[in-house]
Amino acid sequence: MELSLTSLSLVVLFLPLLSFIIVIFFGKKIPGNGDWFSTSILFINLFLSFYILFAFLKNGSVSLTFDWFSLGTEATKFKAGVVIDEISAIMLVVVNLISALVHLFSIKYMEGDSKYSRYFAFLGLFTFSMLGIVLTNNLILMYVFWELVGVSSYLLIGFWYEKKAPQEAAKKAFIVNRVGDVGFFTGIMIVFTFLGTFNFGDVFAGVAAGKLSGGWLTAAGILLFMGAVGKSAQFPLHVWLPDAMEGPTPVSALIHAATMVAAGVYMIARIFIMLSADALTVIAYTGAITAFISATIAITQNDIKRVLAYSTISQLGYMVMAHGIGAYSYAMFHLTTHAAFKACLFLGSGSIIYAMHHVQDIREMGGLRKKMPITFYTFLISTLAISGVPFTSGFLSKDSILAATLAFASENGGINYIIPVIAFGVAGLTAFYMFRLVILTFFGEPKNKEKFEHCKESPWVMTLPLIILAVFSIFIFYSLNPVSAEAGWILEVLKTPESLLKGTKGLIYHILDGAEWKEALHHAHYTAMIMSILISGIGILLAYVFYYWKKVDVEKVTDKIRPLYNFSLNKWYFDELYDKTVIGFTMVSSRAMAWFDNKVVDGVVNGSAFITRIVAIVSGKFDNYFVDTLVNLAGGIAGFFGLIFRKVQTGKIQTYIAFVIFGIIVLYFVFRVM
Amino acid sequence: MEVGLNHFLVLSTVIFGIGLYALISRKNAILVLMGIELILNACNINFVAFSRYGGLGVDGQVVTIFVIILAVAEAAIALGIILNLYNNFSTVDIDEVDSMKE
Repeated sequence: MELSLTSLSLVVLFLPLLSFIIVIFFGKKIPGNGDWFSTSILFINLFLSFYILFAFLKNGSVSLTFDWFSLGTEATKFKAGVVIDEISAIMLVVVNLISALVHLFSIKYMEGDSKYSRYFAFLGLFTFSMLGIVLTNNLILMYVFWELVGVSSYLLIGFWYEKKAPQEAAKKAFIVNRVGDVGFFTGIMIVFTFLGTFNFGDVFAGVAAGKLSGGWLTAAGILLFMGAVGKSAQFPLHVWLPDAMEGPTPVSALIHAATMVAAGVYMIARIFIMLSADALTVIAYTGAITAFISATIAITQNDIKRVLAYSTISQLGYMVMAHGIGAYSYAMFHLTTHAAFKACLFLGSGSIIYAMHHVQDIREMGGLRKKMPITFYTFLISTLAISGVPFTSGFLSKDSILAATLAFASENGGINYIIPVIAFGVAGLTAFYMFRLVILTFFGEPKNKEKFEHCKESPWVMTLPLIILAVFSIFIFYSLNPVSAEAGWILEVLKTPESLLKGTKGLIYHILDGAEWKEALHHAHYTAMIMSILISGIGILLAYVFYYWKKVDVEKVTDKIRPLYNFSLNKWYFDELYDKTVIGFTMVSSRAMAWFDNKVVDGVVNGSAFITRIVAIVSGKFDNYFVDTLVNLAGGIAGFFGLIFRKVQTGKIQTYIAFVIFGIIVLYFVFRVM
Repeated sequence: MEVGLNHFLVLSTVIFGIGLYALISRKNAILVLMGIELILNACNINFVAFSRYGGLGVDGQVVTIFVIILAVAEAAIALGIILNLYNNFSTVDIDEVDSMKE
């Protein structure tokens, strides 16, 4: 019998777990400390997931559900299972592709690290958890894998835990994520309270039947979205992602650029059809605000990885915003293309950092184009993709989203024009700061001569993943038409599902149905495309003016707008704000609690201890003087008689005989008298 | 005056008394042994007297012979013990021999 697709997907799910278990326990005994072992497992996984994708494209979606456990009565039966539909099949390939390439890349990048085999084990654990999120068909298992992803992210950010900064970053990531997860879990509980099930299919059926509606549906949607806010680093919980760059660079590429942070976007896609109009409003505006804030921050950052981190947040904001306005298919399309080119950018930065011996400041770089040609060209292609230059995958997906924002605004009108304005603005900013990064890194004169002299192109295990990812950033893999993705296979597959609540109106928003979308998109498409090319062109041009031709002195401009510049350089003072408010409040309240514990609780405890001691002393005295006297008295009496009768026991046989005779005489008289 | 049962009984009581007194009061183990012999012989006199006057018949005399044999055996064993006692403690004073006490 042929292996069914669902069982095959379970194999794909558990292979990385197997790799984790074997490498964590026996890593030191395997040749190469388990690096090629886990890498080859991941490549097998990649092959299998391609097989699953093609089988899905041929036969359509399948799912497998089995009883997991039941609580109490029959009514609360829990089911688990896997589902392979368009988004999970594509995500399987994305996750396994990036993970396999990152494994390959890490073999050289992490070479000589003292915890080498543990690193590969953690990568396996992460891949397992991420595949779990992708494949599961119910909310509670998704939550479980969600937390597992959080743990493996924590382990990998804090991988160099002997240094202070990674420790702090790992803690920050974990705690900030927890804030979002509380919301996610509350949302799950609301869904369960109303519908009594976690299964996506049953939940949607329940929502369609109107069992969960109105304010509660909105609340559930927003709370579930909070999970995505944490995981996908959306405003206001975006602060952990830039710090997470303290982890090894391949980890940043895998987790904090391509896959884990996409989990939030993926989760919104899963619950997309049950989101109410107001929940979608919140999602759309959160995404737009995030995209804008992080794009403005990225302009001034000087650490190569931080620029990329903020651009990741910004692109995730795009995806979330696209979900919010109802452009589900474009959000997932952008997720896919972004995974490839952002992983390429991160691995490229890893290649640079490796060559520069762990210099990450772009002001120290420059002129690397000649020294590292492969890294340069792959980096350039990815940068073109993220900037939305035609003939790249990024152009297709970003242009689709931009068109969708225009279409959305034209249908909803009014205040909603903010969204396309932000979206186009951010597109320009993205092009600007990405080219600033490329120019400062690869062009011009080398600023750190000594490091530059020792710089050379990375070995093939590092450049091969770069080349593969750069190739995947070209339009041809997604659509044969370089200017429109509409006819491409991926958008044929990724059809936006009709919302269960289509046509309903929220405060400033109404959910469009398929026909309205088609109409509006048709009008918006060419306008959006021309505008997006123009805007990214302006962004790139400005970057050249500022940094390549140096027509304008950057320092002077910076001086003119010093407050704005500092505001951006200090990341809008979010960390300081949270320090003062959330953390400050926590510290003050924990000090108050500590005082309360020390003084009041301890006082009560000590007081009761004191009372117990007094009682014990009194009772001790009573025992000593009264009870003991009684006991001693009884003993004394017994002793007294003992003393008397001891005299009789002389040990001399003759005395005994005398007593016997005396006794006989007494008995004689006694019996005679009687 | 004819000698009757009462004379024998008085004689045996006197001998019994002397024997008992020797048994209780003497410190010398040999003298204690002699007291025991006196007591046994007082019994013998009684048995013989009852055999003659009391209708006990020949049974009384048989018992007397047994008692004499018993007394011989007892004297032999007891003297052996006393000899050993003397060997170990260099005394035959029964109050001195108390090594098993406490």
